[in-house]
Amino acid sequence: MLLEVRDLHVEFRTRDGVAKAVNGVTYGVDAGETLAVLGESGSGKSVTAQAVMGILDTPPGKITGGEILFQGEDLLTFKEEDRRKVRGAQMAMIFQDALSSLNPVLSVGDQLGEMFTVHRGMSRKDARTKAIELMERVRIPAAAQRVRDYPHQFSGGMRQRIMIAMALALEPALIIADEPTTALDVTVQAQVMDLLAELRRELDMGLILITHDLGVVADVADKIAVMYAGRIVESAPVHDIYKAPAHPYTKGLLESIPRLDQKGRELYAIKGLPPNLMNIPPGCAFNPRCPMAQDICRTDVPPLYEVDTGDGTRRSACFYWRETLDARTD
Amino acid sequence: MPAPTETTEAVRPAATTEPILEVTGLVKHYPLTQGILLKKQVGAVRAVDGVDFTLDAGETLGIVGESGCGKSTVARMLVNLEKPTAGVIRYRGEDITKLSGRALKAVRRNIQMVFQDPYTSLNPRMTVGDIIGEPYEIHPEVAPKGDRRRKVQDLLDVVGLNPEYINRYPHQFSGGQRQRIGIARGLALRPEIIVADEPVSALDVSVQAQVINLLDRLQSEFALSYVFIAHDLSIVRHISDRVGVMYLGRIVETGRDAEIYDHPTHPYTQALLSAVPVPDPEARAHRERIILTGDVPSPANPPSGCRFRTRCWKAQERCALEVPLLAVPAEFRLTTGPAAHDSACHFAEEKRVVPVEEPPAEGVDDLANGAK
Repeated sequence: MLLEVRDLHVEFRTRDGVAKAVNGVTYGVDAGETLAVLGESGSGKSVTAQAVMGILDTPPGKITGGEILFQGEDLLTFKEEDRRKVRGAQMAMIFQDALSSLNPVLSVGDQLGEMFTVHRGMSRKDARTKAIELMERVRIPAAAQRVRDYPHQFSGGMRQRIMIAMALALEPALIIADEPTTALDVTVQAQVMDLLAELRRELDMGLILITHDLGVVADVADKIAVMYAGRIVESAPVHDIYKAPAHPYTKGLLESIPRLDQKGRELYAIKGLPPNLMNIPPGCAFNPRCPMAQDICRTDVPPLYEVDTGDGTRRSACFYWRETLDARTD
Repeated sequence: MPAPTETTEAVRPAATTEPILEVTGLVKHYPLTQGILLKKQVGAVRAVDGVDFTLDAGETLGIVGESGCGKSTVARMLVNLEKPTAGVIRYRGEDITKLSGRALKAVRRNIQMVFQDPYTSLNPRMTVGDIIGEPYEIHPEVAPKGDRRRKVQDLLDVVGLNPEYINRYPHQFSGGQRQRIGIARGLALRPEIIVADEPVSALDVSVQAQVINLLDRLQSEFALSYVFIAHDLSIVRHISDRVGVMYLGRIVETGRDAEIYDHPTHPYTQALLSAVPVPDPEARAHRERIILTGDVPSPANPPSGCRFRTRCWKAQERCALEVPLLAVPAEFRLTTGPAAHDSACHFAEEKRVVPVEEPPAEGVDDLANGAK
């Protein structure tokens, strides 16, 4: 396995108390594979990714437990210096908001070239050539002319392509994309997602795609991990989860999205709100919002059960995963 | 008088009501100037460039489009936050763009807005009671002073918030709850029309459904007409009776929801629909995707003729020369099917891009068998 996160715990110590953002996350991704991490705001999906990349703000953040194995080595035992060599060269990240992730006072060519001058010790001239190559690779038209342009001179979709180019620059083994298309329009979103999927195939990279959009996940992911209140509540190959979710939260999410192909009746709405991370309910964190909750859900934390579909690929953190799997709403 | 047959005049009186809102030739240009002292106009951003639509009482009109297409500018003109450069907005037959003073104030009471971002559209220094009650300061005839607190509490109850929260501040609420506060404020004056600009796009999926259901319920409870503006096509279909698709300041296709979603004839609508990620991995296999090249052109310098032609795979010489009108295309004019709706394209043709779902009964059986 290319990357394996094991039982990761992250806390934020704030003035108001300790926010438990990540509470025992375990997931893995292979080379050439796309793992989608799905969750709402505050579910801990981005914090987990930041911990993997080693860009967590510490303090207030603190990794309080777990392992992050990258190509077999635990990154959490690395010195900061060694960590920096991994970051950028072997794993790279694409952020949601390209405009605020790019430096507004440097031309895109300089920012792309920097990857090569800093990590590879290339001359500025060679780096410039490389930058143009990269821009062509992510299909920015007239790359040679645009290499001197500044981020604000590009459209949102083009800027996101530059972010992708930057992540690809050193041909990393793993790319983490945090909501890469959320800020884009649908027609541009489709272009960018296609590009990302194609490059992943070409370079045989592992891709972790962090998103809240069930539609995007269905289009590109191989497997999916659903997060809620800092835990993985369900993980499965992408086909299975849409066909028959094994956790009430996933099921609720799938039922609450309006459909493009029909005019719905009233939407199913998950009642209530996601929990406050400083005060996560005891037992299963989802129990106050769950239609199936029983007494045990309010006292005991459900383990991540293996859902016995035969191949051992599905997991659900619900005492009643079997009932959820069998329950059909319509 | 003998009833005339088969003419449009015969149809019109048969319709139950006249439209509550009628927009004709709506235009908004923002001037581009050069020079500091003598501001010379060197051009204009044509944000909205000739938009027509009607809204019937009790109906929901959805307007979809990508960023920069002018949909929010239309919304702002409807509630008089922007003055149109040209065009007419008729509310119950009266052109509200010409009104001022007391007459305008009376009309504005009846057309209210719900904004996109519940974090910036509520004043952080005002309590929820003051925010929702503020419209009564401007229109004191709606609620006498002593009655206001109770009215605000009623409104909180209507939108599903605890009436005891009346003295809290916006930061004490979550995004979904804040949007409910924004909706309560929009309802305070008992308007007839609510213009909602991306009301759920800042919310998480699980909360989005709650707010959409709330808007649905309020519509029947208060007999509201909605202009619902959004970029999310699935949500627009869910809530709308009719849909208008905007591109670069113009409506390119409009019709009832099934006409637009199941029988689109404009290439832009087809591309837009085909690009929507569908949360069903089975569907993606037998689904044609149209990936457009390039970006939306600048509204300061839109293409001649058809504005979509620079990204359109069907574009021909005629498209650069002749502006296509928003009307039922000639090839469908004699048919009565769902493809016969307004579409501004010289080469309109029907194309099904949203995968058809198999009958639900069959689907459920398949799944049930698979699980056993």
